[in-house]
Amino acid sequence: MAKMHFTNEHEWIRVDGDIGTVGITDYAQEQLGDVVFVELPEVGAQLEQGGEAGVVESVKAASEVYAPVTGEVVEVNEDLADAPDKVNGAAQTDGWFFKIKLSDPTQLDPMMDAAAYAKYVESLQ
Amino acid sequence: MTDASSQPLIQTPLHGLHRRHGAKLVPFAGYEMPLQYTGIIAEHLHTRDQASLFDVSHMGQAFIRGEDAAASLEKLVVGDLQGLSAGSVRYTLLTNEEGGIIDDLMVIQGGYYLVLVVNASRKEVDFAHIREHLAPDYDLEIWDDRALLALQGPMAAAIMARLAPASRHMMFMSMENLKIDDIRCGVTRSGYTGEDGYEITVPADDAEELAETLLAEPEVLPAGLGARDTLRLEAGLCLYGNDIDETTTPVEAGLSWTINKRRREDGGFPGDGVILRQLAEGPTRRRVGIWIDGKAVARAGNDITDGSGRPVGVLTSGGFGPSVGGPIGMGYVDVDHAAAETPVNVIVRGKPISAHVTKLPFVAHRYAK
Repeated sequence: MAKMHFTNEHEWIRVDGDIGTVGITDYAQEQLGDVVFVELPEVGAQLEQGGEAGVVESVKAASEVYAPVTGEVVEVNEDLADAPDKVNGAAQTDGWFFKIKLSDPTQLDPMMDAAAYAKYVESLQ
Repeated sequence: MTDASSQPLIQTPLHGLHRRHGAKLVPFAGYEMPLQYTGIIAEHLHTRDQASLFDVSHMGQAFIRGEDAAASLEKLVVGDLQGLSAGSVRYTLLTNEEGGIIDDLMVIQGGYYLVLVVNASRKEVDFAHIREHLAPDYDLEIWDDRALLALQGPMAAAIMARLAPASRHMMFMSMENLKIDDIRCGVTRSGYTGEDGYEITVPADDAEELAETLLAEPEVLPAGLGARDTLRLEAGLCLYGNDIDETTTPVEAGLSWTINKRRREDGGFPGDGVILRQLAEGPTRRRVGIWIDGKAVARAGNDITDGSGRPVGVLTSGGFGPSVGGPIGMGYVDVDHAAAETPVNVIVRGKPISAHVTKLPFVAHRYAK
């Protein structure tokens, strides 16, 4: 399986060729609690790295989801419309949010790998 | 739920128990309180299905000794306290001179004393206000060395009957002094979930033992403030600071039922001019339920507009209702838009979401008859 990259905002991206699959981390879903709604970007939307890509609503609050890289949205996870709780049950697999065609793969270089992200999360607790 | 003050958070007598049961603790009204244990939705559904134990020790409890204290306190609230018989509980409202709501509270008539239970965020304001206006013969004694537990859900009565058989004949909104496991408890049959249930005051030192006794019953799980909020929203119950405050009147808030015939005729409470006029003529806005179409969750503070985008009100509570399975809210709309089924929009992140006005509650109350 391709390597996952992580952001400070608790998104992950897994890149295969020039397509990256994006979601929020297991730590993020744990912090949010029960997810009840996910607002996804539209297929074809152009996203800027760090710009708003969607919103995840838990019972208690809404949180923005940011694009980890610049690119075009090529697919969204339609399953989340009827089963937003997939974000809680499988945040880093079936609970993915959207796929993006990367404009600039070098944007991945400074991101954390799984070990660095685990340390980062530890530092927040 | 953030807390701007730099004061250290107060821990309730059940703090250790919360930690042992894996609670996620958050600041709330100056207290460190459990938001959830396993998850808000699971705790909510368990409460509607069986029974949950809530720590509500952050609420303010106070005691006024004296047989005629009700007559003095009644001058500050809209409700009929003098007609309250010993062993009865009343939900009422402290009002200000403009008819706004200083707080909503429970008053328990113990016979030769009253017990008051007020919101955590309002206890300092309430207690100062009551002390200032209560007749000098009476002293408000603040109970800051007691815990308050709430056992809520359809199984609550069977559980209480097992632990304290004398609870069997308790009616809704009644009070008994009972022993549970040799612990002396003040018990009311009341709650904030729309379900049958009990609220139990105990000395702080006995709180943990009582909570563990209740949690040892097979139907009971702990529940946090998250589920408490979703349960009360579905039940259409007001959250002070959101749905009612010093700028909303009892009539606008749909709480006119708390003002009985005698008090409507005689007045004699702060803001009676405004409130009695609104009762006679009708208010210009009303608190209503809002059903949100679709799945996006609307939150307190979101604007409510009519079909053409003209503002008609504001949402004061909003969230996901686990039992109704979708987003719901409550808010104030002008009276022309307050009828059930009126279509409106709620503005969520700048976008209008279609919704309609509905009667409250969203989930029927199941109080003991």
